[in-house]
Amino acid sequence: MELKRVVVTGLGALTPIGNTVADYWNGLSNGVSGAAPTTRFDAGKFKTQFACEVKGYVPENYFDRKEARKMDLFSQFAMVVADEAVKDANLVEGTYDPGRVGVIWGSGIGGLRTFQEECVNFANGDGTPRFNPFFIPKMIVDISAGHISIKYGFRGPNFSTVSACASATNALIDSFNYIRLGMADVIVSGGSEAAVTEAGIGGFNALKALSERNDSPETASRPFDKDRDGFVLGEGAGALILEEYEHAKKRGAKIYAEIIGGGMSADAYHITAPHPEGLGALNVMQNVLRDANIKPEDVDYINVHGTSTPLGDVSEVKAIQTVFGEHAYKLNISSTKSMTGHLLGAAGAIEAIACILAIQHQEVPPTINHFTDDESFDPGLNFTFNKAQKRDIKVALSNTFGFGGHNTSVLFRQLND
Amino acid sequence: MSEIAEKVKAIIIDKLGVEESEVTPEASFTNDLGADSLDTVELIMEFEKEFNVSIPDDQAENIATVGQAVSYLEEHAK
Repeated sequence: MELKRVVVTGLGALTPIGNTVADYWNGLSNGVSGAAPTTRFDAGKFKTQFACEVKGYVPENYFDRKEARKMDLFSQFAMVVADEAVKDANLVEGTYDPGRVGVIWGSGIGGLRTFQEECVNFANGDGTPRFNPFFIPKMIVDISAGHISIKYGFRGPNFSTVSACASATNALIDSFNYIRLGMADVIVSGGSEAAVTEAGIGGFNALKALSERNDSPETASRPFDKDRDGFVLGEGAGALILEEYEHAKKRGAKIYAEIIGGGMSADAYHITAPHPEGLGALNVMQNVLRDANIKPEDVDYINVHGTSTPLGDVSEVKAIQTVFGEHAYKLNISSTKSMTGHLLGAAGAIEAIACILAIQHQEVPPTINHFTDDESFDPGLNFTFNKAQKRDIKVALSNTFGFGGHNTSVLFRQLND
Repeated sequence: MSEIAEKVKAIIIDKLGVEESEVTPEASFTNDLGADSLDTVELIMEFEKEFNVSIPDDQAENIATVGQAVSYLEEHAK
């Protein structure tokens, strides 16, 4: 059977550097850091006392109080970006069959704060179970997809993907596949995460995964810098409307870019450490290029996973050099996590949006916070350090890798016909 | 209005996000105040917590209006 083409017709973003797509791009283009001292809880006794939080978020600006109370923050974030994306795509009733519009949404953890609060309440009580009836439906990872479908009446495929920090990219790949197989016309996809809680920071601290640069939060996320010391936990969400190309054309939709490939692989090596030679990263990039049927030379920009951890950054770059060979020197590479922090299960969504906006603006957002070269990295590579760079971008690749050894990549291409 | 009735009213306003004027004794949680089955369970739990009582399921089923909640609690609150 002939596979259908799939395009992106709407975007929504709520990030530590901007609460709409336009503001997010401004932050990316200007190299803004989203890191600041933690406000969501008292982090005084924690090794890491900062995070990349969404700024100025007031639930009452988006929901009535009763509605907000029934949703964990990760679902509220999902609803906010889905709404921006649906409006951006001009998905008005009558222009689509609601039975063929799906929602496939990624989150790595789900309602962590809800879980934490309910368990704390129980532990502080006398053993009488007084769990809130909304506890489970607030906490479960898949509930965001449910909320979005309920709000808009989208009755097509509906579920969530969970693969830690690769979750949203898995959601995009699944959405891409269902649409190209003809099983849906439109899918609201993306991901959301809200894990800046005592359990989130404490848990990642225990893994030694987070930067502990408390004296300078805004320079803590420094992928590929010699003195990088871990990632900075972020929160937020991104939404992408994926749509079958003819369906989009028929309703006169604005088209941002075409999604041309999805790749997946596993490290099969360790629960949290990346494969030292970047084997899984190498495989996933080979897989995505094969799926899209393009050559390494066709890629202009790679938005890397690049979390700013000592090991992860090295193995990903090794894999890029193996896959792209001499072309690696002609690519622009950047880690936008230097600005946004690491949004875990939502990272793949906001980074896919970064790729699409880079194509739209013909500009590569930078890897900020570069101070000292690390001899582990080939000096011939262009990491787009510190300043955005204008260039021709036809094809952009987004990598995301998750604990558990899950690797995912997606490719976006400027629409060229 | 009794102290219990005041507290019941406050809980309902908080949990269901309704206006004070809507919370009349005859008002039904589901028909008038927009509660679904989960909201109703949550209300009962809040009453239990606030008034330190345990409301058995078969009696909770009979608490469908503001007035029924107040009468039950006036009778059983410790």
